[in-house]
Amino acid sequence: MRSKRVVTAVAAGAAVAMVLSACGGGSSSSSNAAGEFDAANKGQIFNPSDRKGGTLKVANPGTWDSLDPGETYYGYSWNFARLYSRALVTFKPAPGDGSTELVPDLAESLGEPSDGGKTWTYKLREGVKFEDGTPVTSKDVAYAVLRSTDKEEFPNGPAYFEQFLDLPADYKGPYKTPDVDTSSAITTPDDRTVVFHLKQAFGGFDYFAQLSQTAPVPQAKDTGKRYKEKVVSTGPYKFETNEIDKRFTLVRNDQWDAATDPNRKALPDRYEVEMGVEANDVDNRLLSGDLHLEVTGNGIQQASLSRVLGDPALKAQADNPGNPRLNYTSIVPTVAPLDNLDCRKAIEFAADRASYQNAYGGPFSGGDIASTVLPPQIPGYQKFDLYASPESKGDLDKAKQALAACGKPDGFETNIAYRSERPKEKAAAESLQQSLARVGIKLTLKAFPQGDYFSQFAGNPGYVVKNNLGLVINSWGADWNDGFGFLSQIVDSRVIRENGGSSNVSVRFPEIDSMLDAAFAETDNAKREQAWGEIDKAVMEQAVILPGVYAKFLMLRGKGLTNVFVNQSYGMYDYTALGLSG
Amino acid sequence: MTAPPDTSGSAAEARPEAALDGMSAKAIEGRSLGQIAWLRLKRDKVAMVAGGVVVVLVLVAVAGLLLDRVFDVVHPNTFHEDLVDRAGGTLAPTGALGGMSWDHIMGVEPGNGRDIAARVFSGAWISLLIAFLATLLSVFIGTVLGVTAGYFGGWVDTLISRAMDVFLAFPLLVFAIALVGTVPDEMFGLRGESLRIAMLIFIIGFFNWPYAGRIVRGQTLSLREREFVDASRSLGARSPHILFKELLPNLVAPVLVYATLLIPTNILFESALSFLGVGVNAPTATWGGMLSEAAAYYTIPHFMIWPGLAIFVTVLAFNLFGDGLRDALDPRAR
Repeated sequence: MRSKRVVTAVAAGAAVAMVLSACGGGSSSSSNAAGEFDAANKGQIFNPSDRKGGTLKVANPGTWDSLDPGETYYGYSWNFARLYSRALVTFKPAPGDGSTELVPDLAESLGEPSDGGKTWTYKLREGVKFEDGTPVTSKDVAYAVLRSTDKEEFPNGPAYFEQFLDLPADYKGPYKTPDVDTSSAITTPDDRTVVFHLKQAFGGFDYFAQLSQTAPVPQAKDTGKRYKEKVVSTGPYKFETNEIDKRFTLVRNDQWDAATDPNRKALPDRYEVEMGVEANDVDNRLLSGDLHLEVTGNGIQQASLSRVLGDPALKAQADNPGNPRLNYTSIVPTVAPLDNLDCRKAIEFAADRASYQNAYGGPFSGGDIASTVLPPQIPGYQKFDLYASPESKGDLDKAKQALAACGKPDGFETNIAYRSERPKEKAAAESLQQSLARVGIKLTLKAFPQGDYFSQFAGNPGYVVKNNLGLVINSWGADWNDGFGFLSQIVDSRVIRENGGSSNVSVRFPEIDSMLDAAFAETDNAKREQAWGEIDKAVMEQAVILPGVYAKFLMLRGKGLTNVFVNQSYGMYDYTALGLSG
Repeated sequence: MTAPPDTSGSAAEARPEAALDGMSAKAIEGRSLGQIAWLRLKRDKVAMVAGGVVVVLVLVAVAGLLLDRVFDVVHPNTFHEDLVDRAGGTLAPTGALGGMSWDHIMGVEPGNGRDIAARVFSGAWISLLIAFLATLLSVFIGTVLGVTAGYFGGWVDTLISRAMDVFLAFPLLVFAIALVGTVPDEMFGLRGESLRIAMLIFIIGFFNWPYAGRIVRGQTLSLREREFVDASRSLGARSPHILFKELLPNLVAPVLVYATLLIPTNILFESALSFLGVGVNAPTATWGGMLSEAAAYYTIPHFMIWPGLAIFVTVLAFNLFGDGLRDALDPRAR
């Protein structure tokens, strides 16, 4: 998914973590109260504790897309929604690699596939109740999933269920078409069993089941669009007050029974959440101890960067987890002279990727220099660099050779598109302009509004060719850590629409499409993951993607937080585990 | 501000005629209006200093233009990433005071290490070019329409005056943002950077004409009733003669003064547009654009100080000079 903030992970840091723990002495449960840099990252728990009580203060520099579990599409929101809702399945609240594992939440166990993966059955736990004491039944889950498919009512949410469930063609959700029979898609044989029927076999259905869209919604209390103002909780906390887009408070839900929930710690008594807090103010308040958590997990602002990294005491309060997001530049092969492979290679060789990393904020708040399409967190990632250069500053000799081979020994001119609202993308475009000029490739910067970036400008194949947009600054993160989820939207040529709208603006090769199809059909996990790496290599050989950085964020641990660790599936702290010291 | 009265000066200054006594006995007959104004301006020290600063700024702007074209000193867009703290991860300039050194007298930008001095100088060129040409445009349109409205009166006046009202009521900033954002890549034979600059000049210049227009119209209204115009008319002069030979020369003073006061306003407006991201295309340096980038680095204040100082000095100099000029040209402001 493109601009939405998404699910995350750091599996690849494992090797680094080993090294660090070797010199740090102990890879887990550091009891150092002041903490140290990355103390809650790389598989470690900062300040483990079971102490209950306290008010956890949370700030969001922006606003939620929706608090309704049925229509939210931010990774942080999925993470946070687990405080007041329970989906069938969830990512394990555990530090390190364990957090990428799916564990049952509302369900007793993970989904049971039958019919070759076309039917998925979940059995609900006994004794789970809504905040008003009504027992949760499978009908509430079925209803929640069905209502989330109404994209007119809930435009923000993910659209996997309507895409994969075998719903009747005329089905428009329970509000508009209440009488349509949906038993072809979801059935509830008894109060504790819910069965999903898919159009085609899909082995990864548990990933859908972890979406907050499967959290039960009582039909009697559903108010459609306005449900986000009064969500009926099944989790350990319920809404006390809720002013949409301003603030809300969560208090303990006395109907939540810890015996039914092995995942959540539910340590604080209360959550106070403020929205629309100025981002620099959030940083300052986190440092002063006035605030415990910046909920979006996007890391600190540029202004705080020198302050935090320059001061060892403040740096000790920071963590630097990675995020399975690739910031890259598409090299568009439909724009002359980039239709020539050697001209594209010249760009790959000439680009100064160290400078690209600077543009995104450097090694801490920007990320690691990338050389592949897949970030290291995605299973199947293979480390390789087809266009390696000393210190990643570019190989000008090879670039010149490539230029000579493509018949443009003195370079050429083309344009580079970026989103005007994104200073980092502008900085990246400026950086490429400088580094490519070293071999005579002259770039002109073109800024476009991010709202229409893919629909009308950089993602519109006709516009791109007409306006000579040879390079397009781009960025991609997956909804969850899976090669198919990551690659399918950016390297499959069949997602390119001639009237625009696709994030894939440059990868259009039938042989890569067939490699994707083969990998999707592969049932053997290891072979499938191997295939993602092969596809990655094939794309890089075509030189249509210039990898920039694998994203990382520098985030602050609020003072007084206990039980802090990074959940790699979200790429931020696990919000179900946090507690407060006295 | 207004020029200080001449009470504190020396005897010679208090009695300007005396200062000239020995200079030329031949020129004793009398002085033109221009000479009188120049003498008065010369005595206004603040205005002269401000005028000097303006001249220096223009020279700096030209030098800034030549900086990257002729002299191969420091190109304003060249990165110096070895001068920022990459290893520490802060990307702040290394060294004291934002990386100030003899090579980079104002330090370097955080992140990519571009030379701030080179960017401020080349930004001077863009800022002044846009401000001057936009001022020229609005003063030209304003004078032509203002004189026409004032001299002919009647329905012509009504029409032009209402048009002025419409333009004055226009939400210019919002319109500018919308317009600059939707301009295609190529128009009127211009493309890229030159099109952007032309566009900015047009927007800033075209929508500011009513201010000049109103002043000119008001002046014309009073001038056309004066005796010399009556005399001219009674001698059979036609409208074009009266307009160009009688009225326009008398309008030069207010128009000139207004123009000098409009330039700083336009510099600020251009900065505001650049700050909002609808100014000149990246990576061309402008003062407003630099300020906009510096805002994210408020903990590294030197980045913001230099372009801010440049805008401050320029606007102040033009304003003070304009004030002095007005006092010098206005016979009643003694």
